[in-house]
Amino acid sequence: MMRLELVKRPQRSALFSALSPFIAFALTIIAGAIMFALLGVNPLTAFRIYFIEPISQVWQLHELAIKAAPLILIAVGLSVCYKANIWNIGAEGQFILGGIVGSIIPVLFPQFEGPLVLPLMLLLGMVGGAAYAAIPALLKTRFGTNEILTSLMLVYVAQLFLDWLVRGPWRDPQGHGFPQTIQFNDSAVLPELMPDAGRANWGFVFALVAAVLVWILMSRMLKGFEVRVLGSSPRAGRFAGFGLNRMVFFAFLLSGALAGLAGISEVSGAIGQLQPVISPGYGFTAIIVAFLGRLNPLGIVAAGLVLALTYLGGEAVQSALGISDKVARVFQGMLLFFVLGCDTLIHYRIRLIGLALTKPQGTAKLEVAPKLKEAR
Amino acid sequence: MDITVNILLTIATAATPLLIAAIGELVVERSGVLNLGVEGMMIMGAVGGFGASYLTGSPWIGLLAAIAMGAVFSLLFAVMTLSLATNQVATGLSLTLLGLGLSGMMGTRFVGQPGERLPNLDIPGLTSIPVIGRLLFGQDPIFYISIALTAAVMWFLFKTRTGLTLRSIGDSHTSAHALGIHVIRYRYLAVIFGGACAGLAGGHLSLVYTPQWVENMSAGRGWIALALVVFASWRPWRVLAGAYIFGAVWIGQLHAQAFGIPVPSQFLSSLPYLATVVVLVLISRNKRLTMMNTPASLGQPFVPDR
Repeated sequence: MMRLELVKRPQRSALFSALSPFIAFALTIIAGAIMFALLGVNPLTAFRIYFIEPISQVWQLHELAIKAAPLILIAVGLSVCYKANIWNIGAEGQFILGGIVGSIIPVLFPQFEGPLVLPLMLLLGMVGGAAYAAIPALLKTRFGTNEILTSLMLVYVAQLFLDWLVRGPWRDPQGHGFPQTIQFNDSAVLPELMPDAGRANWGFVFALVAAVLVWILMSRMLKGFEVRVLGSSPRAGRFAGFGLNRMVFFAFLLSGALAGLAGISEVSGAIGQLQPVISPGYGFTAIIVAFLGRLNPLGIVAAGLVLALTYLGGEAVQSALGISDKVARVFQGMLLFFVLGCDTLIHYRIRLIGLALTKPQGTAKLEVAPKLKEAR
Repeated sequence: MDITVNILLTIATAATPLLIAAIGELVVERSGVLNLGVEGMMIMGAVGGFGASYLTGSPWIGLLAAIAMGAVFSLLFAVMTLSLATNQVATGLSLTLLGLGLSGMMGTRFVGQPGERLPNLDIPGLTSIPVIGRLLFGQDPIFYISIALTAAVMWFLFKTRTGLTLRSIGDSHTSAHALGIHVIRYRYLAVIFGGACAGLAGGHLSLVYTPQWVENMSAGRGWIALALVVFASWRPWRVLAGAYIFGAVWIGQLHAQAFGIPVPSQFLSSLPYLATVVVLVLISRNKRLTMMNTPASLGQPFVPDR
């Protein structure tokens, strides 16, 4: 029988550390080609429509930036959590709460206008996301409750809460019964960067700034060191006097605030009002972005653009080839799988052990074996 | 009386998928592996089960297809975490994400199609006994499988040598390995069993609970099943109790919505999720209980050294 054997490398391989996202992407393309062929579509045509046509014009690049902004913002925050071995997987809920809390001003006080409106909205959005993320953090530190399950359960609660708001108390009375709030007034709409060229708004700038700031935090500041130490060895962290509970709060509040900022930026920039659904799963896709970006904020910017392209490509193949746009989710899932698989190569060499089990292979280990037998 | 019986029956129907998925995950976690992909395997089981039933016209074939689908899908997780020693949390998450996408794509052509429900048990003479007849002899076949499965897992884990070995692997894979136990082989089998169970649970959703295909129809049940395992502190009979409590909450909120209680339906719909959080908090407050029962090597990758 064929068997895989992992052989630990003496130290992590710098080569595979750099190559693994690319290998993973290549494998995804191969698997995707097989998938398209199975669906009865010429893979080359499908790839052209999926990966190239959606970014062949300037306005399309703006669309890419619109999709990439929330992914990058959320993933940058999540990378801090995952580095610290803290598993916030409820960013989707924090995104929604950021959107809701940030919308308080334009929905409830639409007569309030001026340059103060937007900064306040963004601030409220961050507060909303952070406050929602504080719940699993509090439960984890206070009662030891598993943060994976609580943060995820709160996603469903947030979705239902938004649904209730836009169908109930916050529904636009002049909206012909549609479940949505009033359109935000002009001073509550996130401005576009280059209105003549396309729709991309300031959300993308926020994403880039957040990525750089978190990169500085993680690589140049004590707090970042603390995150890494507590993530790789909580025991060593305790000896160094780093508090695990404080870290849980720090990671959750930071990632929650960034997800909240992404939420309000999306609502105020790309949508312009609250609707029952404000996210095509950004909070979950951002998990993939974080891993594809190797939990490094700068890598995440690149990964965010790639994953944004999978969204656009999914829409493109749906309209051009009549394939379900769920194909985007499949691509995203496969990509994460391959990234995780390729990361194994960083720490291990893989040996295929086939039928040749009986044949000795010339390694140091096998030379030891006979001696052991003699000793017995 | 009839209403009580009906409510009990619907609670059993709501509890069954939770119970099956959680029992499967319990075996997986007892072997020391944390598979967060339950939701993904469940939804794959649901789409596979409905698809096979729709294409062949037989819900029984659908049932088998659901089990097979869950098992095959879990194999993906097994290869990644066991053979390639990837991070179990991240791999499980990606299994869920992939499952939700893949099932949506595979199910596009089934949306809105009528499905066939697995027939309820009907034993002449027994099923028609008042009150207990329908409860004991008139439910869907998967209900009986779920009860038998719980009993079998209890017996397997605590009364057989293989079960003892499985638990020992979950508590210390290094010691088990040193004793010459095939850690990886056991874990492969456990993960595939868990996948088959999650697939069956998904099949229950699309072949019994609501015999049709709706995107994301698992609606977080896979995650609730994961929470149930923690809630049950890794004991099968407590999983059974927990599943029925959650089934009652799920049905209770539906009935409350139907009765027109003046609470927004969204708040009632969020009750099962909030209940999960509350229950997890209550159980984890008791640190000793959780510490004692959590399989000690849960979630840690294992690479055998030779």
